[in-house]
Amino acid sequence: MQLRAQRLRAALRAALHLSPFRRTLLTLCICTAPVLGGVLPEDRADVMWHDYSGGGLTVTGPSVLIRKRVGDSLAFSANYYEDMISSASIDVKLSASPYHEKRTQWSGGIDYLHGKSTYSAGVITSKEPDYKANTTYFSVSQDMFGDLTTLTLGYRRAWDQVFRDIKNVNGQIINDPTFHQRADHRGYSLGLSQILTRNTIASFNYELLTDQGYLANPYRKIRYLSPGQGAGFTLADQVYPNTRTSNAASLTLKHYLHWHAALTGQYRFYRDTWGIVAHTGEIDYSQPVGHWLLDGSFRYYRQNHADFYSDLFPRADYQNFMARDRELATFQTYTVGFGAEYQFHIPGLPWVSKSSANVHVEHLLINYADFRNALLAPSYGAGNEPLYRLDANIFTAFVSFWF
Amino acid sequence: MAQSRRGWARARWGRLALLTGLLGSLMGCAAPTPWVKPYEREHFADPIMSFNRNPVSSVYLEHVLESREGARGATGNVGGGCGCN
Repeated sequence: MQLRAQRLRAALRAALHLSPFRRTLLTLCICTAPVLGGVLPEDRADVMWHDYSGGGLTVTGPSVLIRKRVGDSLAFSANYYEDMISSASIDVKLSASPYHEKRTQWSGGIDYLHGKSTYSAGVITSKEPDYKANTTYFSVSQDMFGDLTTLTLGYRRAWDQVFRDIKNVNGQIINDPTFHQRADHRGYSLGLSQILTRNTIASFNYELLTDQGYLANPYRKIRYLSPGQGAGFTLADQVYPNTRTSNAASLTLKHYLHWHAALTGQYRFYRDTWGIVAHTGEIDYSQPVGHWLLDGSFRYYRQNHADFYSDLFPRADYQNFMARDRELATFQTYTVGFGAEYQFHIPGLPWVSKSSANVHVEHLLINYADFRNALLAPSYGAGNEPLYRLDANIFTAFVSFWF
Repeated sequence: MAQSRRGWARARWGRLALLTGLLGSLMGCAAPTPWVKPYEREHFADPIMSFNRNPVSSVYLEHVLESREGARGATGNVGGGCGCN
């Protein structure tokens, strides 16, 4: 009996210690299993204007997305996106100077339908004066079990270059010649959508992301106590770990209501090696009314701070890693959104089958639990300032054409 | 000798796992009967039931939130760049 148990354990160990080649082959077996479904994206063009305003930061710009099928098995997509940034945020006021800059992003993708499997690949390139990023991705989707289930496996890889802007003697903003860092990112994702009933569909997503390289914001600073000096604190450079691995899993349920409306609920759990644990919950409601389609949404998010985060360190060089980026603090986010879509037909353009005009407005509120408004230190004393709170409005307007 | 036996056992179980994977992939041909028939799925063709009805705006909103929060991923979208001001 004991011998059988030992043999079983040995067999399990052997099965789990497959060579990389066999593991790859097994993975491909899963990826290329016989296919029973698959749909290409619709032919569609979207032209959007976006506007973010809050916390002393304004970001506006256009975005254009075009998707076009060629034949029965190929589809292409292209996107141009632009951010025009004007920033005088609390971080900028504390440790840098207000600035204006532009970020542009291009992306291109291809989808190939084979039987009922869809293979997708694409590239994204983003450029701003002090940050360049190139991303590639690949995914395989397969419908199965009579098209009730869709399984998607994805991989992405990104290479970033980080610079730091400084003012030269003539007052011009240039890249600091002594600062040029890199960061690499890898992502592995698994998606599963499942029709549960004739009115309900569920979607599960899991993503593992790993980062390596320079992961800090080069402009932001930590602060540490220095009684009797200035406002009672001194600023110093942040020191981040060079690696980060995160796991995120989400479950979305979408239900069709018999009076022709849809209700969506989503939950996401997140955890990473920096000690951040986050929970996200969201609920959306969509209601068509004549030519109109109205949407309402509420999203709640909360996280605890990273292990090496502190709003105010007791002294300089207090620990190996030190950060004061408020994205790593403890906080709660509330987002309330409203959207309206008007569907119309354009006379004289028979190749446009359907059109819509859309407006979406979101209000974002972030309540920080351990990030204080350090600008008020002269009045309140370092460490006693009021907690910071971010209120922001997000506005998007876009038109969509199906052809 | 013992090492060679272990290696042989590993190779045997490796082959078995490979065969199981191949058989598993072939089993896709014999999928279970769908409990929601194709003619009962008209609601899923309605745009309000799409998980990503407006890709251009959903990717944007996701980018805005991701650059202000510590969590990322598992949204079904791929982003790029920083824009983390």
